[in-house]
Formats: sequence, structure tokens, C-alpha cells
Amino acid sequence: MAHVTEALTLHAYLTARSLLGVWQELRKNPSAVLAALVVGVYILIAISGPVIAPYPPSETALVDRLQEPGAEHWLGTDGLGRDILSRCIYGARVSILIGFLSVTLCVFFGVSLGLIAGYYRGRLDSILSRMSEVLMAFPYLISAIAMMAFLGPGFFNLIWALALRGWVEFFRLARGDTLAQQTREYVDAARSLGQPGWQIMLSEILPNILPSIIVLATLRVGFMIVLEASLSFLGVGIPPSIPAWGSMISEGRGLLFTAWWVSTLPGLILMALVLATNLLGEGLREVLDPRLKVQT
Amino acid sequence: MRLVRIIERLLAAIPVVVGVLIIVFFFMRLLPGDPVEIMLGDSAASKMEMESLRSELHLDKPLYQQLWLFVSGVVQGDLGNSLDKRRPVAALLAETLPPTIELTLAIFLVAILIALPVGVFTSLRPGSWIDRVTMTGALLGISMPNFWFGLILILFFSVQLGWFPTSGQMDATLDLIRITGFMTIDAVLAGNWEALKNVLLHLFLPATTLGVAFAALMARVIRSSMLETMRMEYVVAARAKGVSEPMVVIRHALRNALIPVVTVAGLEVGMLLGGNMIVETIFSWPGLGRLVVSSIFARDYVVVQCAVMLYALIYVAANLAVDLIYTFLNPKIEL
Repeated sequence: MAHVTEALTLHAYLTARSLLGVWQELRKNPSAVLAALVVGVYILIAISGPVIAPYPPSETALVDRLQEPGAEHWLGTDGLGRDILSRCIYGARVSILIGFLSVTLCVFFGVSLGLIAGYYRGRLDSILSRMSEVLMAFPYLISAIAMMAFLGPGFFNLIWALALRGWVEFFRLARGDTLAQQTREYVDAARSLGQPGWQIMLSEILPNILPSIIVLATLRVGFMIVLEASLSFLGVGIPPSIPAWGSMISEGRGLLFTAWWVSTLPGLILMALVLATNLLGEGLREVLDPRLKVQT
Repeated sequence: MRLVRIIERLLAAIPVVVGVLIIVFFFMRLLPGDPVEIMLGDSAASKMEMESLRSELHLDKPLYQQLWLFVSGVVQGDLGNSLDKRRPVAALLAETLPPTIELTLAIFLVAILIALPVGVFTSLRPGSWIDRVTMTGALLGISMPNFWFGLILILFFSVQLGWFPTSGQMDATLDLIRITGFMTIDAVLAGNWEALKNVLLHLFLPATTLGVAFAALMARVIRSSMLETMRMEYVVAARAKGVSEPMVVIRHALRNALIPVVTVAGLEVGMLLGGNMIVETIFSWPGLGRLVVSSIFARDYVVVQCAVMLYALIYVAANLAVDLIYTFLNPKIEL
């Protein structure tokens, strides 16, 4: 047992060292560094939202309605006189939370089922694989919109609706990689040492399939944020009482002829974040897993 | 041998189609809440109304019998009736499908017209500043939310320049007999050039909205596929033989580079179908996507259910078609 623990500590050390190595490789790519910085700034803004927002996001002031961007309201005001900058800051909280939480759920369910299916194979594997094939036939936005139609708008409803279709990709990736790792010598070695299956999966196989999962997860955060915004834009995502980028853009649609800033500015803020997560994901892909192909 | 493979591939699609039907069936029945109550909504529906709707949807029968009625209905083309529009769902779908297909084809056309030259050109000068600028632009195109880009196009081309109309397929003042349901074809068949021009003007903005995003994606795929093929021995051989450079690129490299592009295009049909829903909503395009969104707000769930099923079946069919095209492009590939 002693050398098993020793091997585990060695493994943890190697993983940590490679994480450092990843950062060192990533640093050579200026656009990825800039992207990481942008994502970091967005997260900071989201966390400190209530402190830095100049106005309460839902405070209406009809006298101030449809003011152009200026000194008073940096990004202008909307049709109800609400400050767009403040609403964008609060919208960042929604988008980032939805992006991270839904991808976390996808990774958790997708990877654990993928590991189990790939490691044990058998009937469970074929059932899950067939199921994933069928779910793949439902395009993302369409399955999410259908779920939301029945569940109704809501923060947690939205996260579940996104995750229900999203785990499939992580499942397929994890299962495929686990199948490939299965045949490697180090897994045989761990088996002959008498390690139980769950331990082999978690401490032997998982660290080896993690790089491609990290890449996919990073790219998916931006994707989920766009998906959330699309659903909110259509009116089936975040309820109107919570400021969200998608619904802000939708509210400005009718004002396009009179007040261009109401729709366009939240859209720019949304696009910058998505672009940053995509650039970061691409950078990570170059370092971690150049062969991985991701469907959008 | 190829025929055997094609038949095998066709047979392999059957379980997926069956799975799609089962998921769509359970969809309405497994989610929390009583579908009848949700559909009749806040209107104080009498108990009689609720019971009659329940029996119309067969929700009062045992589950296995419901499943059987649903599947046999789908096979016979009887999808039930729309509560909101008081019409058979099958008729609604048949009516909205041609505009959606027409729009999708236009999107494809826009995407190819942009992606092909951009992808090929950048692959010939990898690492140059023009390559880097274009590929950053492509990543921007991928990161851009469709609905936002659509609004920007409206703002620029319609509000500022007044060049393009922003909603519908054709001005209401024009008259066109519906023959195929495809407005462009109908206009040509009728020989009505004024209508054709009007239809094309209406088609431009929605097709560009999604076409640009799709082009961004395809340009990246074409570029990397070209980069790989340009290194192949047959390209070197063609050059050594004295074939002119444009010929090398078009005849020898591009034809082979397009094979993986076809696969990716098939996988991305999902993105096209989802994006369609958004574009149709923005531009009031009378297609399938707009039908789904308006049905959600009308709580017309039978229509939502059937339209989602249709989307999934289109996706399966498109991927099947791509696989078959693939075998013809590259006979060496086993399905």
C-alpha cells in the first residue's frame, strides 16, 4: 500500500508541475494571455458588481430615459431610464455564473459517466452511447428552447436546460479517451497492484484525459454564455426581473431606429467576453491537445 | 461493396430516429406539471374543456398505448391539431418548412462565397499578417452572437442606408401565386422579375446574419484542410511536373481538401438550424423557427413538440446525406 500512496503523491506532483508548464507555454502566446486577462477582469467585475455599479440596475427614472452615452451615464440609459452600464455589470454576474455552472454540471456528469462507460464497457456503455447519439440529433439551441418552453424562464431552469444537452460532448470525449487509455501499460500496472476500479479511474486515467477536457470546457463556457443570451433574447431564458445581456439586447430591438446604444453596447460587452474565452480555449488547445476538434 | 455500405449506414440511422421519437414523446410527459393545465394556462378552463383536451392528446390512456398512438400518428403524418391556430400541425409544418429551407440554402451560399476564397487564400500564405488578421476576424465571427449581428446589420443597412427591408419574405403589396412555397422559385416560375428582386432583397440580411458566422467557421476549416493537402506528395508531384500554381491549388489541392470540409459542414447543420430560429425571429421570417418561438408564447406545446422532432429528423437526415456524399467524394473511405 505504501508505494501506491507514494505513486499517488508522485502523480500529484507531476500534474502540478505540468500545470505550471501549461502556464509557461501559454505565456508565449500573447493573445491567450490577453484573453486570460480579459476573462479575469470580467470575473472581478461580476464579483464586485454591487460595489462598482454606479446606479441600482433596476432603478427606473423616466425623466432620464433614452439618454445617449455621456458623462452622467457612460453607456446611456434604456427606455425606462435605467443605467445601461449598471445593468451590464449585473448582467455579467448572470452570464458568468450560467456559463461556469452549466459547464461544471456538464463536465461532472459527462466525465464521470464517460469514465465509467469507457472503463467498464458492457451494457451500461452501450445504453449511454446510444442515448448520447440520439441526444446529439437535437441541436443545442433547439433542445434548450424546448426545455425552457416547458420549464418556464428561470435561472436554475436555464442551467439544467443547458446541461441536459451539454454533458453529451464531454461524455463522448471522456469515454473515447478512457477507451484509449485502458490499453496502456500504466493501467495494467495499477490493476496488478490491486487498485480498485474507481481509484484507477480517478487517479490514473482521469489525469491523463484531463487536458482535452479542460480545452473543451474552456471553449464551452463562451458557447453556453451565447446560448444563455440567445434564450434570454427570445424571452425564454432569464426572467425579465433579472438584468441579463440577452434580454437587454432584445429590449433595445424596438428602439433601434431611435436609440442605437440600448442594443448594441450590451452586445459588444457580451462579444468581448465570448471572444476572450474562445481565444483562451484556442491557446490552451495549442498547448494541451492540438488534435482535439470541437464542434460549435 | 459501396451499395452494401450505404445500406448499412441507412439502417444505422433507424435506431437514432426511433430514439428521437421516444425522447420527443416522453418530453412532454416527464417534465414537472400537468401539460393540460399548462396549455390551457391562466384562462379559467372548465373541467370539461380540460378533459376533452386530455382525451384529444390521449393523455387519459395508459403510457404504452399513448406511445403507440404517437408513433403511428407520426408515421401516418397525423400530428394532431394546433390549439392556438386550430389547424393540423402537419399542415403548419409543411407551410413553414419551405421558407426555412430557402433561408438555409441562402445562408449556405453566402457562407461558401465568403469562406472558400478566404480559406484558400489564407492557406497559401500561412503566418502572414493578412492570414493572422483574417483568422482573428474569423474567430470574432464565431464569437459574435447571431442575434446581435442581425441587429447591427439592420442598424447599418436598413436604418442608416435604407437599402434592405427588415421583415418578412416579400412586400405585402406584391402578389405571387404559391406553387412550390419557395419564393425565389415561385417568382421565376411566374416570370415576375419585380417580385424576384423584392424577394432577394428580403433574403439578403437574414442570410448574411448567419452566413457570415458560418463562413467564419468554414474558412478556418478550409484553411487548415488546405494547409494539410498542400504538403501532400501529389501536390509536390504536380508542381514538379510543371503544372501552373493556380491549377495546382484548384485541381489538385482544393478538391481533396474539401473532403473533410464536407464532414464539418454536416456536423454544423445543428448550428444552422438553431441559428435559423434566432434569425427568423429577428426578421419575422415565416419559417419553422418562428413557428416554434410563437408557439412557445402561445403555450401551443403540440406544435413545439412536433417542430422539435422535425428539427432533429432534419439533422439526422443531413448527416446521413453528408456521409453518403463523403463516400462518393472519397471511395476509399469506409463508413
